[in-house]
Amino acid sequence: MKQIRWHGRGGNGAFTAARLLGVAASVFEGKSAQAFPSFGPERRGAPVLGFTRIADKTITDHSQVYECDCVIVLDETLCDVTNVAAGLKPDGVLVINTRKTADEAARHIGFEDPSRIVVLDATDIALELLGNPIVNTIMLGAAVGATEMVSMESVEKAIDDVMGRNLREKNKKAARAAYDKVKEAVMQ
Amino acid sequence: MSKKAFLSANEAAAYGVKLSRPHVVSAYPITPQTTLVEKIADFLANGEADFKYMMVESEHSAMASALGASMMGARTFTASSSQGLLYMCEMLSYVSGARFPIVMVDANRSVATPWNIFGDQRDAMAMRDSGWIMLYVESGQEALDTVIQAYKIAEDPEVMTPVMINIDGFTLTHTYDMVEIPEQEEADSFLPPYSTTNKMDMKDPKTLCMSVGPDFHTEGRFLQQKAFEAAKRKIVSVNDEYAKLTGRSYGGMIEEYRCDDAEAVLVAVGSVAGTVRVAVDEMREAGKKVGLIKLRSFRPFPKEYFESIRDKFKAVGVIDRSISFGFDGTVFSEVKSAMYGSGAKMANYIVGLGGRDIPKHQIETMFSKLLGMASGKNEAEVQFLGMRWE
Amino acid sequence: MNKPKWNKDYKAPSSWDEMFFGSSNGVGILPTPNSGFRTLHPEIDSKACIKCLMCWVFCPEGCIDKSGEHLEIDMDYCKGCGICAAECPKNCIKMIKDGDTE
Repeated sequence: MKQIRWHGRGGNGAFTAARLLGVAASVFEGKSAQAFPSFGPERRGAPVLGFTRIADKTITDHSQVYECDCVIVLDETLCDVTNVAAGLKPDGVLVINTRKTADEAARHIGFEDPSRIVVLDATDIALELLGNPIVNTIMLGAAVGATEMVSMESVEKAIDDVMGRNLREKNKKAARAAYDKVKEAVMQ
Repeated sequence: MSKKAFLSANEAAAYGVKLSRPHVVSAYPITPQTTLVEKIADFLANGEADFKYMMVESEHSAMASALGASMMGARTFTASSSQGLLYMCEMLSYVSGARFPIVMVDANRSVATPWNIFGDQRDAMAMRDSGWIMLYVESGQEALDTVIQAYKIAEDPEVMTPVMINIDGFTLTHTYDMVEIPEQEEADSFLPPYSTTNKMDMKDPKTLCMSVGPDFHTEGRFLQQKAFEAAKRKIVSVNDEYAKLTGRSYGGMIEEYRCDDAEAVLVAVGSVAGTVRVAVDEMREAGKKVGLIKLRSFRPFPKEYFESIRDKFKAVGVIDRSISFGFDGTVFSEVKSAMYGSGAKMANYIVGLGGRDIPKHQIETMFSKLLGMASGKNEAEVQFLGMRWE
Repeated sequence: MNKPKWNKDYKAPSSWDEMFFGSSNGVGILPTPNSGFRTLHPEIDSKACIKCLMCWVFCPEGCIDKSGEHLEIDMDYCKGCGICAAECPKNCIKMIKDGDTE
């Protein structure tokens, strides 16, 4: 079973990304998936968590996710208010929206292994391709680039399935751009 | 061909309502029920369904207007949670005593004060004497299927008792997974239109919701209790009939999982049963003889089942996401009472209050304690687990 | 008037089969009339009556029937309160001691 945790701020689509990943894995790849949010105060800007589980067998577990194969941070200021690496498995990957390098990010959060941190400036891609700083689909593309837990084709089908008509094309493009960028960085 | 979709339990339940073809839906929003009634409103707005939607100003009005609609012979639905359920609590007895087959969903949420929007089972447990059939579901799929089954149970002439379907707040209402949505034709073949003589009819006028003094009150309540006995049978037969149609069975009133040679079992209600399944599998791998009893029907209470397992297990634990202050966990006190005379060691674990998570390791702790008790160790009967400090 | 007549043969349920269902029951049943409650009852002088209907408006029991040529009072429901006599602008309603009629 793969368990993924998303860190975001309320209203910025962290849970939508968790859900899109679930749709991609289950509706379009025939696996079992589960997606759920965890929020404190229900208001825009408050830190929220999203979770996705992906497995071959039906998932009946209704407890929180404690051990993560992948942690995705949509807003790097969240690194200052919570330990985003908590529960990350020894071979797990941390994907952060930041302008820092992996080394700088690792030092900032006190994480010992920069090779397991994937960084990209998702905000930049969002402003360029979406015209607003909403990075959820971009971070989804980046996470898929870092882990290949689903295929990008499934992600694109999920975006078509879940998002409104006006949002689909540009979000698919943005997710693909992030995927390519992460793949490119890994090659180097 | 039924279709599959990635839905939350609230959305799944909304599909169940749509497929049941209600005439009237009346509701007032409250977290974590809100997305359920919003989805129902979406169906109406985009023409996928045709019914009257009453946007009322309070939960008390939601149940009162649902009762009014049901008194006209309409198939009716409403939903609430926590404070909303308590706000409509006088109306719950109104509906059940007048024997109208309303189906409602309660999104289980804690009860103020302190104020808390997250899931536990205190709200509906406080209403267990209201005369409603109370069913608890473990998944979004079960929520969808149980809504359809609930109308068939409620509207049966031998039952004619309203049904409350309990869906754990957030752990189910806001959790998404794959749900199979039956075709409308399938649902129609299973659930016929609602028909009754207990309604307002100009050609056959009646008094409805009258008062009854000491002379006849007891006899009426006895008949209500008899209807619950009939409900015990119908919950099972409706489940079996639905299973034949869709391939999905929920066991009726209870479901045993890996109990056949178990030494210690846990009784679980709602979404936590799913986590217990995983813990049972893992502990079985490690050679421990443990099992799960999933309690689906809380009212009527499966008294006969618990009587029948008096001598089957060495230790029986009950997980409670609620407590009756001044006494024990609500489900535990009922299970223990039904198992009177049993030689089994019994334990009550109070967990998951106010939305606190119930992790797998906590369930493994429960099983370890039970197995310890089975081999003679002493443990307190009622324990709050996972508290921040001793 | 549509008011049910005093049903002297009315019997309350005497077996499970006769029990009412839930909180529902038939209508049109007057098991005991109000007539025993009275000391005085109203009698209208139809010749003096101008059909102003003040008595009909004010009767708290709604037991004055205005459908016919003369006003009629349903004595199963009249409780003898005397409001009709007090309101009549022509003073043509007299309150008479019970026992003289029937």
